[in-house]
Amino acid sequence: MIRVPERIEDAVVNLLRLANTRLPKDVGWALEAAAAWETGEAAYLQLGGIMDNAKKAELKGRPMCQDTGVPAFYVTGKIIPSIEEHIKNGLRKATETIPLRPNTVHPLTRRNSGDNTGEGMPIIHYRPTDAEYTDITVIPKGAGSENMARLAMLNPADGVEGVKRFIVSAVLEAGGRPCPPTVVGVGIGGTADTCMNMAKEALLRPTDHVNGNKDERELEEELFTTLNSSGLGPMGLGGDSTVLRVHIKTAYCHTASLPVSVNMNCWAARRATVRIMKDGTTEYGQ
Amino acid sequence: MKITSPLDEKTARGLKTGQVVFLNGIVMTGRDEMHMRALSRPAEGLNGATLFHCGPIMLLKDGKWEVIAAGPTTSARMDSAAPEIIRKYRIRAMIGKGGMSDDVLKAMKEVGCVYLAAIGGAAVSLAEGLTAIGVHWEDLGMAEAMWKFKAENLGPLVVAMDADGKSIYKEIASKTDSFHS
Repeated sequence: MIRVPERIEDAVVNLLRLANTRLPKDVGWALEAAAAWETGEAAYLQLGGIMDNAKKAELKGRPMCQDTGVPAFYVTGKIIPSIEEHIKNGLRKATETIPLRPNTVHPLTRRNSGDNTGEGMPIIHYRPTDAEYTDITVIPKGAGSENMARLAMLNPADGVEGVKRFIVSAVLEAGGRPCPPTVVGVGIGGTADTCMNMAKEALLRPTDHVNGNKDERELEEELFTTLNSSGLGPMGLGGDSTVLRVHIKTAYCHTASLPVSVNMNCWAARRATVRIMKDGTTEYGQ
Repeated sequence: MKITSPLDEKTARGLKTGQVVFLNGIVMTGRDEMHMRALSRPAEGLNGATLFHCGPIMLLKDGKWEVIAAGPTTSARMDSAAPEIIRKYRIRAMIGKGGMSDDVLKAMKEVGCVYLAAIGGAAVSLAEGLTAIGVHWEDLGMAEAMWKFKAENLGPLVVAMDADGKSIYKEIASKTDSFHS
């Protein structure tokens, strides 16, 4: 394969196209698995429609959901100068060419910028490392699921039971609104702000990710089982598949605090990564 | 089962929760901004209509609008305005996702209106059944404008709330409540 250097903004367009039009393989597998254990006939119809739609989106090169969301970018490795401008320009171009739905508005006037940018938009997180390359990962996330995000500053006395209760309530009270079966991102610990960030960052993990911490892994499994036996089901219409996966991230917190956050991703758990090499060539992955 | 929109009151009242339908005919889209505006001034083409909670991705090609992706949006955001909209415009059917409040269910029963659940996120499949035939209030932007679509075999749509006051979401909620009370 011949690799030619790509302009960063073009790489961002391709990255957004990949994320919006092709569901990551692991999410596809998780949906297949859900369909296999699903016993509800109505739920099966929903899952079938979901998988059918994902295939059509990929074949036609169209966004799988009309809510192409607001993208959160995670830049790691070598931080290229003016990367923010490149990402912004790429997003503007992608909005026009893919096309993406222009979603960003001023919070008070509700004026739409028309190109998915604006003050504070897009969201870009940076984590510099010594690597010679730059990774840009994107999660385009719709409002249906983002609107169901929750934070609780629990008391330490509430303990693990309190943490579990809060997570289960957040998912079940959201009902069909975040488009279940969802991927549930959970943050435990940190401070109010970092706790919310962890819940979203947990959604960067593939659904077949294995949590290296035994306590967290067991908690993920327990919540997965509880939520899938709740009966909420796909689109909240009843069934055995309410969540595709629960991911937990933790951080140390103040001895007087126990922050817990939940950020769900809809079944269309979109994400993609591009690696930009030192010579400007690119590699895409999901 | 196939249904044709606009629906008459008898047809709307005849639909029962759990039924799966495919819809032909005219649908109007509307979400937050359109609901607010339709309360303060007349909304053209909304009387007796099927109201689709949807902010589509549209593409203007050779002077014609093409529907690229058009799945349902979260209906609960329209909970506060919906009862008045249903009564004012005698809405016969709503298409959305996630369900709506008891107040909406009450208005639906009064007027004779059903709530049809489309598959959330199935935007490419649903767009296949839609052709754009007009747009009102385009100044609200692509997502919030009131698009007039012609639907052909739009679905599958599950009758999730009916004019008898029954709601699948309420039934499910009464079951899931025991998991987090």
